[in-house]
Parts: sequence; C-alpha cells; structure tokens
Amino acid sequence: MLEEVFRDEWGRVLASLIGFLGDFDKAEEAVQDAFATAAERWPVAGVPANPGAWLVTTARNRAIDRIRRERTLAEKIHLLPVPENVMDELDDTVIKDERLELIFTCCHPALPLEGQVALTLRALGGLETADIARAFLVSEETMKRRLTRAKSKIKATGIPFAVPGAHLLPDRVDAVLAVIYLIYNEGYSGRLDLGGEAIRLGRLLVALMPDEPEAHGLLALMMIHHARRQARFSGEDLVLLDDQDRSLWDLRQIAAGRAVLDRAMELGGRGAYVAQAAIASLQARERIDWPQVAELYRRLVELTGSPVIELNRAVALAQAGDPAAALRTVDGLDLDGYLYFHSTRGELLRRLGRDEEARAAYRRALDLATSAPERRFLTRRLEQV
Amino acid sequence: MQYALLIYAEPGYQEALPQAEREAAYAEYFALADDPRCVESARLQPVETATNVRVAGGRTLVTDGPFADTKEVLGGFCLIEAANLDEAIELAARIPAARLGGVVEVRPVLRRDRA
Repeated sequence: MLEEVFRDEWGRVLASLIGFLGDFDKAEEAVQDAFATAAERWPVAGVPANPGAWLVTTARNRAIDRIRRERTLAEKIHLLPVPENVMDELDDTVIKDERLELIFTCCHPALPLEGQVALTLRALGGLETADIARAFLVSEETMKRRLTRAKSKIKATGIPFAVPGAHLLPDRVDAVLAVIYLIYNEGYSGRLDLGGEAIRLGRLLVALMPDEPEAHGLLALMMIHHARRQARFSGEDLVLLDDQDRSLWDLRQIAAGRAVLDRAMELGGRGAYVAQAAIASLQARERIDWPQVAELYRRLVELTGSPVIELNRAVALAQAGDPAAALRTVDGLDLDGYLYFHSTRGELLRRLGRDEEARAAYRRALDLATSAPERRFLTRRLEQV
Repeated sequence: MQYALLIYAEPGYQEALPQAEREAAYAEYFALADDPRCVESARLQPVETATNVRVAGGRTLVTDGPFADTKEVLGGFCLIEAANLDEAIELAARIPAARLGGVVEVRPVLRRDRA
C-alpha cells in the first residue's frame, strides 16, 4: 500500500525538487530522505491527507538543511544562495506538476539512448536501480554507472529542465515516444513488467500532453498489444495471431486501448504510432479486415520507408487473398539477412504450391534463427510443407 | 554557460558550392559572428598549414600536421554564451557546415572557478 503511494508520487516529487534545486543528484537525495522519513512515520502517524504535498515539503526542507550544513562545513566554497525555507504545508494546487520538464530532460537526445531509457524508468517510473538492472539483464553496478553518467552529462552540458520551444518540440516528442516504445519492446520479449511500466509512462505522457495525437497513438498501440500478451506465448513458444486462444485476450484493455485510439484520431493523428495502433486494433477483431490492414501498412511504409514494414504489408496482402502479389512485393525487398523475410517467403511459396522453393526458404530462415523457440517454430513449419 | 562549437567539415566544402550558395553561407557565418551570444569565432587555415608540437624528454618535437587521414577536419570554432544546451544546439544548427555534410561538436567550456 505504502509502496503504491511511493511509486505514484516519486516522479512528481522528484520533478518538483529538480525544479526547485536545479540539480538532479541533490534532488534525488532529498526525495530519498523524505521517502525514508515517510516510511518511518506514516505507518505510525497515518498517511497524510495529501501525501504528495507532504513529501515535497519534507524533501525541500531536507534539501535546504543539507545545503546549510554543507555551507558551514565548507564556507570557502562558493554556493548558490539558499532558498527561503518552506515552512507552510503545500497542497496539490500549489505544487506545479513538472514531470513533463523531467521527461524531456531524461529523453534529451544528447544523452546516450540506454541512459535515456534507464533515467526515464528511474526518475519517472520510480523503479529501483536494481530492478532496472534486472530487467535489462545487466549488473546493478553497470546500471548505477549508466544512471550516474547520464546525470553527470545533464549537469555538465547544461541540458535544460524545461519543455522545449515550439521549433524543437516535434523532434523532442518523437524522442520521448521512442524511449517509451523501446521500454515497451524490452518487455515484449517476455519480461512483462517492463511492458506494464511503458504503459504507465504512456498514460503519464498522455495526461501531460493531452493534445498530442502520437502520444495517444503510442499508448493505444501498447495497450492493445499488451492485452494479447497471455495468448502470444505457449510456454516459451511464440503463437501466431491466427492460432492465438482469444479467451486469453484482455478484452477490457483492448476496448480501453481503442478508446485511446479514437481520441488520437479525433486529434487528427496521422503519424506512425497512430497507424500501428489502428493495425493492432483491426487485428484484434473477430474478423480481420486485411485489405484495410494492408492499406495502413502502405501508409506506414510511406512514413518510415522501412522494408520490414513493407514485408508486413505483403503478409497483409496475402491474408487479403493475394499471395502472388504478396510474393512479388517480398521478392523486391533487400532483406536477405532477416529471418522473417525468408520465413514469410516460405509461407507464401507454400500457399502458391511451390513446395520445393518453400522448403528452401524455410531452411534459409532456420539458418538465421538464434533462439530455441524460433528454431522449434521454423522446424515445425518446415515439416508441414 | 559557455560552449565551444567546433566545426568539422570536409576541406574546401564552401569553395565547392555554387557562388550564390557560397555567398549565402558566408553571410550566415558573419551573422553568427555578429550574434551577441557569440564571444569569439574563427575560421582556421587549411589543415595543410597545421603543425603538431609534442614535448618528450625535455625536447620539443615538431611535425607536420594532421594526425589521421580523416575526411572531416576541424575547420573553425565559435565560443558562445548560452542559457543551456538547447540554446547552444540552436546556434550550432545555424552553422552552414552542419547542413552541408559537416558536423558541429558542442562542448561545454570548463569554468575556471569550478575546476
């Protein structure tokens, strides 16, 4: 229970303290102090009426105490003027929500991508360093260094704690969305907690940027995908959409995701995340409108120029009933080193009755497979030709 | 904060431009140099004029310039005063070399009182 409150309040309290102190590390220390105090007092004295405001006030006072102490210890060092002590209890209406500033700081493109990801999960997700380390399969020491390096660069290079100006904003929003989607995709390969974490961050971004269609698009995409996660694996084996047990789908989350997608459309969303969310939504229908899916992929190809998406468009064409056109599209792609290029060719050739070529394509895919589930899957397909 | 904008580009990239574009690029460099946020700026002579100096065992070793045979070389710099990295990036993006195949490296300057 207390842990829940802490997780919910962490990002907001931290953002507020960074805004107050202008220093990431000092803010983090102060917030940790305040949370430790809360962990001692709340179980005894009860949770205050406004936990967020209590935490911000306590953290500010701790920070001021610390600065005072350091100043007396080292009088010769030139320090910033100490802000006035904040004695009065603040309430939510007084505490400005500065989490958007914090997101843009954490996802600043001058930081290395892995640093952006780690910092976003730590600062906004409120995850412990050890948990982030586990999720990314690195040691806690490595993750700690990654976070420290990112924070040092913020400080040394003067990365602003601010929402970027209008001309920088579109690129910076893209950067934030990319970080959240990256976190989601880490969780997609079996580590479910990161998927849920990414959705949490997506919700936060939508709340903070309610008019940004692509933020809605990304959230909808993640929600609809996430709703099918139980059906996607059987043990360790990947289950294709056609073969998924739909009773395992979380229909409420799919509906909720569609509502977010509707909002993205209302906002005039035409971007890549909105298109992908629309595809995910169509694919979660009882009867899938494959021509429509192919059309959405065509738009995505236009937006991204990605041959992998063109491959997906070909699959949709085949599902829509035209495997020959699909094969022509696939054969025009330069994706020889890509496993799914060969497995898709194999499937299309099989449908066209060209079994010998289909087997050759599946064998080529099998050569490229690295994981055991992939190998099992492809071996099964090969046997079925 | 002060930032150094280090301009790396292929030698002769400006001379290779059509006249109108070349003049436009020069005008942009002058405009940047005149920006009140620009503390100092300079264009360097070609890399062939470089001289490397090392001191080893009390002896000064002088050799002919550049170390490596890279395509892009340091061709100039700006020292600017900016509120934060985003403002420095904005100024860096205005340097013609950045859109003409070169790259501008933005580095905060170490303040003496902090060192």
